Amino acid sequence: MRPFAYHQPHQIPDAAKLLTSIEDSKLVAGGMTLIPTLKQRLANPPALVDLSKLGNLKGIADDGVTVTIGAMTPHAVVAASKLVQQKIPGLAALASMIGDPAVRSRGTIGGSVANNDPAADYPAGVLGLGATIVTTTREIAADKFFLGLFETALEPGEIITAIRFPVPLKAGYAKFKAPASRYALVGVFVAKFADGVRVAVTGAGPGVFRVPQMEAALSGNFDPSAIAAIKIDTDGLTSDIHAEADYRAHLVTVMAKRAVDAALN
Amino acid sequence: MGNVIGIGAAPKRKEDQRFLTGRGNYVSDIKRPGMAAGVFVRSPHGHALLRGIDKSAALASSGVIAVLTGDDVKADGLGSLPCGWGISDAQGVPMKEPPFPMLAQGKVRFVGDMVAFVVAETPEQANAAAELLAIDYEVLPSVVGVLEAVRPGAPQLFDDVPNNICCDWELGDKAAVETAFRKAAHVAKLSLVNNRLIGNPMEPRAAIAEYEPGTDRFTLWTTSQFPHVVRFLMGALVLNIPQHKLRVVAPDVGGGFGVKQFHYGEEAVITWAAKRVKRPVKWVASRSEGYISDRHGRDHVTEAELALDETGKFLAFRVNTLANMGGYLSTFGPNIPTNLYGPLLGGVYTTPAIYCNVKVVFTNTVPVDAYRGAGRPEATFVLERIVDVAASEMGIDRVEIRRRNMIPKEAYPYQTPVLVQYDSGDPMGCLDGALVAANVNNFGIRKAASASKGKFRGLGYSTYVEACGLAPSRFAGRLGARGGLYESATVRVHPTGQVTVMIGTHNHGQGHETTFAQIVSDKLGVAFENVDIVFGDTDRVQFGMGTYGSRSLVVGGAALSKATDKVIAKGKKIAAHLLEAAEVDIQFESGKFSVAGTDRAKTFEEIAGAAYVPHDYPLEILEPGLEEQAYYDPVNFTYPGGCHIAEVEVDPETGTVTLVNYTAVDDVGTVINPMIVEGQLHGGIVQGVGQALFESAVYDEGSGQLLSGSLMDYCMPRADHLPMMKVATHSTLCTHTPMGVKGCGEVGTIGSPAAVINAVVDALSHLGVTHVDMPATPNRIWRLLQNASLPVAAE
Ligand SMILES: Cc1cc2nc3c(=O)[nH]c(=O)nc-3n(C[C@H](O)[C@H](O)[C@H](O)COP(=O)(O)OP(=O)(O)OC[C@H]3O[C@@H](n4cnc5c(N)ncnc54)[C@H](O)[C@@H]3O)c2cc1C
Repeated sequence: MRPFAYHQPHQIPDAAKLLTSIEDSKLVAGGMTLIPTLKQRLANPPALVDLSKLGNLKGIADDGVTVTIGAMTPHAVVAASKLVQQKIPGLAALASMIGDPAVRSRGTIGGSVANNDPAADYPAGVLGLGATIVTTTREIAADKFFLGLFETALEPGEIITAIRFPVPLKAGYAKFKAPASRYALVGVFVAKFADGVRVAVTGAGPGVFRVPQMEAALSGNFDPSAIAAIKIDTDGLTSDIHAEADYRAHLVTVMAKRAVDAALN
Repeated sequence: MGNVIGIGAAPKRKEDQRFLTGRGNYVSDIKRPGMAAGVFVRSPHGHALLRGIDKSAALASSGVIAVLTGDDVKADGLGSLPCGWGISDAQGVPMKEPPFPMLAQGKVRFVGDMVAFVVAETPEQANAAAELLAIDYEVLPSVVGVLEAVRPGAPQLFDDVPNNICCDWELGDKAAVETAFRKAAHVAKLSLVNNRLIGNPMEPRAAIAEYEPGTDRFTLWTTSQFPHVVRFLMGALVLNIPQHKLRVVAPDVGGGFGVKQFHYGEEAVITWAAKRVKRPVKWVASRSEGYISDRHGRDHVTEAELALDETGKFLAFRVNTLANMGGYLSTFGPNIPTNLYGPLLGGVYTTPAIYCNVKVVFTNTVPVDAYRGAGRPEATFVLERIVDVAASEMGIDRVEIRRRNMIPKEAYPYQTPVLVQYDSGDPMGCLDGALVAANVNNFGIRKAASASKGKFRGLGYSTYVEACGLAPSRFAGRLGARGGLYESATVRVHPTGQVTVMIGTHNHGQGHETTFAQIVSDKLGVAFENVDIVFGDTDRVQFGMGTYGSRSLVVGGAALSKATDKVIAKGKKIAAHLLEAAEVDIQFESGKFSVAGTDRAKTFEEIAGAAYVPHDYPLEILEPGLEEQAYYDPVNFTYPGGCHIAEVEVDPETGTVTLVNYTAVDDVGTVINPMIVEGQLHGGIVQGVGQALFESAVYDEGSGQLLSGSLMDYCMPRADHLPMMKVATHSTLCTHTPMGVKGCGEVGTIGSPAAVINAVVDALSHLGVTHVDMPATPNRIWRLLQNASLPVAAE
């Protein structure tokens, strides 16, 4: 690790100001992703701006039609939240499948979404539910937020403050864990709304994506059998030492079926 | 006064008091006054010419004390890292043994090869300076696989090692095997890969070195399984430090599994550097650094053929293996895929003719050496797999074909056609016990239950034997060992009767402090708590070859037993004098020396007291004091073995293999502490399951990059991968070790990979699957199922 300055602001505007005024400075939330990159000397920020002392970034609220989760809410809190379990059980289940207990206690939804790891779980939930990413400057629809490998629509200096999820009729998540890392080799989130079904896939490619063919089929018949025969194109899917592209494509169908199953049960 | 806790009891482990309360003393816990920090700069390329190194920017960096490179090593005339075994080919031509410089000279041969050592005030400063070294590499193509390495036109690692072949080794009667094959009713064939593994001990390697100008002495603290051997190899062969001027300490070590039983270049560099910079220097490897520098294990490509008669009797076995050595020869490297592999190809069977050819091959990968089991898991895997292949091809039940070929209990001692002679064993007894324990009779019901959930269930057997207790020195010497393989122990009885044992083996998790104390407690009748075991320090322990090859109890325990016998013998002489009786009439039992047939007796403490306060003492015939030492050189290997039965469930939708049941019935000879034996078996089995289902070190051909270079990409077995295991012993006593012990450190790792893979193949056999390479990952299984469900083409 190289030396860096450490700031712990108490007000969101102060945090935003630090971030824009110190070139290459970085926000730190749970640190579960950032700290390892510092230790391996892969990142070299001159300053860290810690989000943990900012008010209002933690907690879960519900207004009947949406559930809003503060950016600094740890995965373990989402997993254990009675509110989330009741309104969007698939999302609580997703949070419970992230990493291990230590990671779930420190890692945050804001950090995970901002990081947009191609194998992270939350992006599938956020895109699958068509959530809104609330930042210090604007609101961004999930469909416009995830841009590719570790890339998002966030501008420099922009801080995620919360994620707002519409409450679905039904939703489910199925994850096939990568053997070593236990990130998603393939994870599929399905959500059924009055106006249709959304299907989002993580792990299979360079970023989270939707599967319109499955969405159409499930909108007609929300049952695993409706998508059993749908095969995903292997083009653009990831091939690595853990899984080849065609296997990942196959798993998308299997996990999508299991996600629908989970949503129905 | 505590209790005697003897052989066969299961006290809690003595050492766990400090381990579980965070009071262990590991190398990285040690701080020396004025200590500086060192980091190694390692090659990022698999294969490259080293054109030059510009140190200037690094030297100018803040806090930097020294930057050392291969040129400095050369200028100081230091030796190459030695290989402890020299094997030869069939014509007696010695293996090619290119130098292994402790810092690369002219060329780097694997990602992780050491290029420079940077010493600075702090690790951060050393790391920062390391990044400023300007190293001019001319990158060459790498070759990482053995098949590729021996092909014409392959990149050549050394100018004088044609086709990268270090040695073309063979064992057995080739002609007899050929004759048998011509008569065979059936020949089973199998091609397989034994996957490359990375040991991953919990504690990364680390070292501290210090030089005292006042006494001209060096001290090296290192994470080693064999400090005396490091002292010899490094002092005598690399750095030219006289043995009496070099102290090597291996304090608490957090797991080894073989990874820490080699003399590493880091140890030599840091010891040399400490004198040059006149400061103690410390280096602690990161986990990532361990992946590219800890010696790897396994990595074979094998073609095997088994000849059988019409009844399924094995007539002959022929094995051709290419074994990966990596970029250089490590301490035991060439011994592992040859001497510890070929002689085990007889297994528990009466196969009369065996021939084995092993081409030992250099590649642009981390040097390969011993890893728990070392050669014997590879041999067991080949043999136990091909037995299943033969059974299925000939339509003979897998258990039945094993029975037809097993060495019967009465046939021991049994001379195999591949050097080794098994002293004792009862493979059939282990098999019978395991069949019952695994409830094999009801397997059909469990298989049907799995099928009703859409899962395939399979059962796999491995009836195996291994050779451990390394090793009879004379025998090892004939096979190419350049050292002895005995062990030593000193039993120091204090004036008050407590005992300190100095032993040459090294405890790094196995529970020796408990097991050895039980032996002493049992034999001398002293309380278990009154026995301490000292190891791991060349200044405190007389000598020793260390811990590997399941040798600590078998060889070290034997030395301890002998030394204890000498204490008793001397005690009898003292007692005879004190009790005014003839020495032959003195009996020693339960901590008391008594005159046979009388109630006249002296306690062990009284005798110890008399030995140190010799007012009334046979000074004319005996020296005062009560301390004895013994060296023990085994007369044969020991041959633990047994039967492992794995049961798996395969999810055909995802290809996931789940180990649902595991049963092991092993013959480990006398059991000193059943709890510790069970723990060793559990751990060993888990490592074998890891090889079978999860672990694989993968290199990129061409660039030589390690693609599985972290825990994110190298899958270690975890608690939730495993069922509760059923582990039992069915022991016959070793006929040549003093206590009848055979060793249990590696059996789990040796027996289990074949059992698991045989179970996976069984689960998929209805689809025509005949072999699955390790690790049986979901992707690999899914691919097999895809191919299996394709319409079968001709051939
Ligand atoms: C062992 C291990 C296993 C894991 N397994 C999984 C898994 O199975 N599935 C999974 O999805 N993840 C997994 N993770 C990742 C984990 O979920 C992390 O918590 C998450 O990726 C990052 O969250 P964090 O709060 O730790 O963010 P940090 O590491 O603090 O930050 C990550 C990045 O996001 C930025 N950032 C943080 N907060 C904000 C914000 N509010 N606004 C804008 N930018 C912000 C930071 O600047 C940084 O660039 C694992 C991590 C570890 C260490």
